[in-house]
Amino acid sequence: MSSTTLATFESSLEGVGVELVSTTAERFETALEPHLDAPAVGSPLPFEGVSLPDTVDTDPTVEALEAAKTGVTAAGYGIADYGSVVIQGGPDGEEPVSLYADEHVAVVAASDVLPGMGAAFDRLAADIRDGTGQAIIATGPSATADMGALVKGAHGPIDVTVVALEDR
Amino acid sequence: MSVDDRQQKAEHIRHLLETEGDSVHENTQVFNDGRYESTAALDDYERLKDEARAIKEDAIERLPELVEQVTETVEANGGTVYLADDAEDANRYIAEVVDGRSVVKSKSMTSEEIEVNEALEASGADVWETDLAEFVLQLADEAPSHIVAPAIHKSREEIAALFETVYDPADPPETAEELTRFARRVLGEKIADADVGMTGANFITADTGTLALVTSEGNARKTVQATDTHVAVAGVEKVVPTVEDLQPFVELIGRSGTGQDITSYVSLFTPPGDSPTLGDAGELGSGDDREFHLVLVDNGRMAMRDDDELRETLYCIRCSACANACANFQHVGGHAFGGETYTGGIATGWEAGVNGTEGAAEFNDLCTGCSRCVDQCPVKIDIPWINTVVRDRLNRGESGSFDFLVEGLTPDAEPGGLDLQKRLFGNFDALARLGSAFAPLSNWVAQTDTARSLLEQTLGIDRRRDLPSFERESLVAWFADRGSTVAPAAADRHVALYPDAYTNYVRTDRGKAAVRVLESLGVHVEVPAAGESGRAPLSQGMVATARDNAEAVYEALAPAVAADRDVVVIEPSDLAMFHREYDRLLSADAAAALRENSYELMEYVYGLVENGADRDALANGAGERVAYHSHCQQRTLDLEPYTVAVLEDRGFDVVTSDVECCGMAGSFGYKTEYYDLSVDVGESLTDQFSTAETEDRTVVASGTSCLEQLDALLTRRPTHPIRLLDDR
Repeated sequence: MSSTTLATFESSLEGVGVELVSTTAERFETALEPHLDAPAVGSPLPFEGVSLPDTVDTDPTVEALEAAKTGVTAAGYGIADYGSVVIQGGPDGEEPVSLYADEHVAVVAASDVLPGMGAAFDRLAADIRDGTGQAIIATGPSATADMGALVKGAHGPIDVTVVALEDR
Repeated sequence: MSVDDRQQKAEHIRHLLETEGDSVHENTQVFNDGRYESTAALDDYERLKDEARAIKEDAIERLPELVEQVTETVEANGGTVYLADDAEDANRYIAEVVDGRSVVKSKSMTSEEIEVNEALEASGADVWETDLAEFVLQLADEAPSHIVAPAIHKSREEIAALFETVYDPADPPETAEELTRFARRVLGEKIADADVGMTGANFITADTGTLALVTSEGNARKTVQATDTHVAVAGVEKVVPTVEDLQPFVELIGRSGTGQDITSYVSLFTPPGDSPTLGDAGELGSGDDREFHLVLVDNGRMAMRDDDELRETLYCIRCSACANACANFQHVGGHAFGGETYTGGIATGWEAGVNGTEGAAEFNDLCTGCSRCVDQCPVKIDIPWINTVVRDRLNRGESGSFDFLVEGLTPDAEPGGLDLQKRLFGNFDALARLGSAFAPLSNWVAQTDTARSLLEQTLGIDRRRDLPSFERESLVAWFADRGSTVAPAAADRHVALYPDAYTNYVRTDRGKAAVRVLESLGVHVEVPAAGESGRAPLSQGMVATARDNAEAVYEALAPAVAADRDVVVIEPSDLAMFHREYDRLLSADAAAALRENSYELMEYVYGLVENGADRDALANGAGERVAYHSHCQQRTLDLEPYTVAVLEDRGFDVVTSDVECCGMAGSFGYKTEYYDLSVDVGESLTDQFSTAETEDRTVVASGTSCLEQLDALLTRRPTHPIRLLDDR
């Protein structure tokens, strides 16, 4: 990942109304803190030396899920041209955690921010063949124009924040 | 069509224009503008379209093999595949799987096509649409009016009233945001209680068994995640070979549809998925035992694959670009321009394919062949051609008695039962020849109340339209009499000016202006007696007659082409025949010869001036303010800029319209049943020419139809751009 790619990622994210927070593994908790409205739910993060604070419920009930203000998950990769993150869901609950809370915080390793859709599909194809059962290319918050005007937050999150780990 | 049928149709369209037209127009305009903007920002737009087209061509070619492959893959993944012959077969299987349990659905046009909701409800299951637009339609018990935004015809106020009637909430939601939150809450409960999640699929990959779902609301994700049984319903044509093949479609579909670079969620599910379900006891349940059923629906598709003319329909990715780019659709929406399920230009292919040719009979005429959708389709389907072919089949399918009067006037190649109105317009050349021969008497007679009433009653020609007034002396006769003023030996270029039927018999002035302008630029001009291009019969679905005309035109122009003369065409719809449709009507060599040697008049003038012809021989605009409406087919051929460039070069101050079509579209606006729609579409154009900035400008248009429409709807008399350059 080049610095240009990360800059493109940031401006594409801005274009779809998503803030990019750049941090390091060590400073992750501090960087996350302002974006962690309680109650928060999450699924375990796979990055070395990075974990979720105890205030984040990683084994929520249905009720906790629906009441959550924030949901934190990892994203397998980012796509700079589009400002997308790829959410790979599995038994740890990335899918419901990223979907039910008002705000989704997606954590991605900066080295996994890919320049465009071509590179993303190379990775997607390889991962799917390796058994990734679910990959959501998510771009901005959920939205609908079905109710007479564009509304952010339809069935999914109203806000999205992406945290990039510069040293991962 | 009988007088009553025409009246009923006119009434239906008027009703929709009043009740749904505003919402549809407002929303499709946003999608249409968005598509232009978003695709313009894509560097490799054309390459991606070529790639997408090639993938679909290959996939449909190898469909049986791919269906077999995807069946093996999905079964190896732990799912089940059911290949349903038709709607009934699909519904029977799905009802067995559902077995009376509660179902939540995300949006799927294929499930609309098979009417699975009705079948499931009849089997005792509870079914809820979770897409907000589909939810609105479910509550209102209405059909989709757009393939991507199915409730596009409903205003916010109507939705608010609907929610209030159905749910009678203490604090009725009013704003779009309140309505969304309200629907989310209601549907959230349905999702939590459901046992079965049903989705469609935009694409299915044969190599991995992956479903791609293109959505924005998040309901498809929840539908799959919350439940422990996933049923995906999709047409067989959705199968593509590999995961990598998804890339061009992912980049094109949102841009082509709603004008978004990408929709919020492109979900790649390779089911059965293992995300935790919403369990019964308030805990998240294990997703390990999720069942998955892929129902691949044939329902006429394999027969479409064998049909050389309808096959292209199967490439359709249902993005809605053809609907959003269509002037008629923008004004009246899918409840007029659509069949039982599908809406917009490509609906003719789908409805004819899944419901039989008659399935497209009601709305097929709403495609005027303006061709604005052609360059917008991400898989490059020739949608006007599909509409033409189905119209031809409908013409031939109708049984009726010979009408000796019209039969005698119109020695065409069409069946006896052909609708008289279509036959009349399809043989415009014969009519114009007669009208000219008997002018001015024919014009006086045609204008009488008796004649207008008769024309309306028997042929459905609306009496509110002025009829063309035929000239006694045709352009060809005028030129034969006058001769060329530039000697062949003294000329740099030699032109055969094509005398289209309108220019030849009705608007001879623009033909004469064209001759004078070309000669002033040092060109030797001849005007060969070539007949009508075939555009008129083609627009009525009279393909055989169009082919006869095309062959005759080719014969008439071939000597000029062989002698290295340039063929110059005044009427854009005829040039579009030479450049697009002749590929389907003539031999490849003949079509190529005409295409490569023919030019639109103003494009040609531009070329002459750019290559050193004396521009000062043309009239000087001296700052004259002009409002220019290019022609739909001319814009599809990217020829609008030449007229603007030439006029500006000559000192005219030019603004252009940006509507897709004038709404007249040849014969369309004359027809009683479509008069109101034609005027409604035309008013979008005249509104642009009635602003403070444009209201006093000289109105200029390239197409005959556009000129007629502008003449009817504006008080200023419009003119062809060549007449501004004619320094006589």
